[in-house]
Amino acid sequence: MAMSGGVDSSVAAAVLTEAGHDVVGATLKLWGGATDSGCCSVADVDDARRVAEQLGVDHHVFNFTDAFEESVVTPYVVDHAAGRTPNPCIECNRSIKFGLLLERATRLGFDALATGHHARVVGGDGGMGRDGGMGRDGGDGGGGSHGAGLSLRRGSDKKKDQSYVLSMLSAGELARVVLPVGEMTKAEVRARAAALGLRTADKPDSQDVCFIHAGRGRRSFLADRMELHGAELVDASSGAVVGTVPAGELVTVGQRRGLGVAVDGRRRYALSVDVAARRITVGTSDDAVGARVTVDRATWVGPALSRRDRAYAQTSAHGAAAPCTWEGDAVVFDEPQPLVAPGQTVALYDAADPDAVVGAAVAMASSMASSSPSAVAPPSAPTSARA
Amino acid sequence: MQAYLDHAATTPMRPESLAAMVPYLTEHFGNPSGSHSVARRARVAIDEARDEVARCLGCEPGEVVFTSGGTESDNLAVLGAPGSGPGRVLCSAVEHHAVLHAAAAIGGTTVAVDPTGVVDLDALAELLGPDVGIVSVMLVNNEVGSVQPLADVAALVRARAPRALLHTDAVAAVGWLDVAGLAAVADLVSVSAHKFGGPKGVGALVVRNGPRLAPVLHGGAQERGRRPGTHDVAGVVGMAVALRVATDARIDTVTRVGAMRDRLAEGLTASIEDVGESAGPVGVGGVGDGLMVERAKIAPSCHLRVGGVDQEELLMLLDDEGVCASAGAACASGGIEPSHVLLAMGWSPAEARSAIRLSLGYTTTDHDIDHVLDVMPKVVERLRA
Repeated sequence: MAMSGGVDSSVAAAVLTEAGHDVVGATLKLWGGATDSGCCSVADVDDARRVAEQLGVDHHVFNFTDAFEESVVTPYVVDHAAGRTPNPCIECNRSIKFGLLLERATRLGFDALATGHHARVVGGDGGMGRDGGMGRDGGDGGGGSHGAGLSLRRGSDKKKDQSYVLSMLSAGELARVVLPVGEMTKAEVRARAAALGLRTADKPDSQDVCFIHAGRGRRSFLADRMELHGAELVDASSGAVVGTVPAGELVTVGQRRGLGVAVDGRRRYALSVDVAARRITVGTSDDAVGARVTVDRATWVGPALSRRDRAYAQTSAHGAAAPCTWEGDAVVFDEPQPLVAPGQTVALYDAADPDAVVGAAVAMASSMASSSPSAVAPPSAPTSARA
Repeated sequence: MQAYLDHAATTPMRPESLAAMVPYLTEHFGNPSGSHSVARRARVAIDEARDEVARCLGCEPGEVVFTSGGTESDNLAVLGAPGSGPGRVLCSAVEHHAVLHAAAAIGGTTVAVDPTGVVDLDALAELLGPDVGIVSVMLVNNEVGSVQPLADVAALVRARAPRALLHTDAVAAVGWLDVAGLAAVADLVSVSAHKFGGPKGVGALVVRNGPRLAPVLHGGAQERGRRPGTHDVAGVVGMAVALRVATDARIDTVTRVGAMRDRLAEGLTASIEDVGESAGPVGVGGVGDGLMVERAKIAPSCHLRVGGVDQEELLMLLDDEGVCASAGAACASGGIEPSHVLLAMGWSPAEARSAIRLSLGYTTTDHDIDHVLDVMPKVVERLRA
């Protein structure tokens, strides 16, 4: 049971324990140590330890700081330097929680890894952990069918659904994953925590990127690790320079706040970021939408979509999914959507069953291909996005 | 079956020590700094404990400063020595963090060690000079068990830095080496009660030859102004009794535990592929104390590199099998950091993550050893599968 010290994983551990599973809690030490902020602060580890103690389960701390630095933090910095907007939580889920930790759990003899995510793993052969067999040395340690027929579905609490950040997992991985609070609403989770007297019952949800100090912010974090460059704001329609920003690397495609420019009384949005050219192209809200999102690194829960297949795509953790067509190297929305920043994950959901995740891909660029021709992204934008 | 093999972290209390403490937690509760009869009763206990500690550590009673443990003793030595100051502190790279971080806090310099964890005397000689105010080299490394050549260190210090004081952290040595004899060359000597069967939270610093130590804590006049604060009377009494018992039993314990350690180390290295003793084999080229076979490492120390295995996973499965061992140093959140000792010995961080420490103690039995010899090969095989 991956225990972050938050209320969801606390209750997840309780649910599994009550169901009679042989549960061992593990908290990942991913970052820092001296600070008392972030997902692996001393206070959070203490909370996880105390909850585990109360539930009568063993608790261990696993130090994955080096791997986290290499697989999550370094790419985060590299992406920003290239003008992309990465999603470090997804990268951490991919390489650390459902990568190294899942491998370790398997090696240590556990049948499944449980986390406190709000999503559901359903179907298939019942999974190793879903019908009472979970624990250690409880069987042959193999699921047999490697997740055939398994699906990943949105959590019951649609407002707290986290299927987006798990969308890049394969059925083979999901076969060894248990998500005990996926069927519960957040309110139910908190009520259960309170009823059990867990110390985390009223703990606020974590919000920001765990390794970035809430008080010091992303800018200061990145400034310590890379060079930030000023950039010109160039209006898409006139080609005129309408302003500057102190750090082009911190601008996200689609962003309005912080640019501080308006032309003819209309606020301007970032349409593209060209770090090499020190240029941010800006446009109106009408310009800041696109129907076509080119993507790469597609992964699939089960069978891959075929070109021209219909789907729903969601481009941010708490955004809404919109109907689209899968084009193999792009997602084309039926209606123009807010621009998707390069580096963001595009989660794909089943056209016939919109709660079921089909797969995921990473956005490279967003454009207006099937919409108004007036807001074509400047020529350097796709190049810089790949840089 | 539980096999507690983490005596280097802490030891079970000697029953004699616990029994001696109880009266000072109950009827003799006085504050030894007072002047009435209840206070005087506590004062006598402190005085007698001081005599006992001095006898065991080979110093005068007035040279014993009671502290809250090894960490405080080390800090008091490094920060409080009269010649201490920015750029004037030298310590080995394998010191306990209590020395290392105290030295770093005032701009100290570390001295390299060789691949067996022994301080490099040539490197030390080069760094020594008239400006050095304090040199700190432990008597025994607490992680890998290597015994340091303190007499050679002392000779170098006296010749090249005549004004410097020599401090030795003897925390890991008590009960295993002749601390009174070997540490006699040092001006300052740290010990900690819970490493030799006494209670946690109490220790001592020997301050020899009368240097005027600057206190790290400020307060009352206890310990002749060197360490203020009301005495932990029961703790001090418990430490003195544990120290006496450990010192008196030392030769027997070393002989008995050393034989068990050798059986454990030889058994594990023979039965598991790619397992080796971290600081080299035990019986050769060591610093003896004139009373027994010379050992390069203290008798209870069995520190191993287990190739291809992650220490966090190994410790977890050993714990499941009832074997309590450890590795590296715990960080604030409880995870394991790669050991600075192994890194200083030239290991890569990845190699350091494959190390574990099995440390025996006075309560270790042949059953404990049998159990580890039984379960550890299976556990390692499982992790390598």
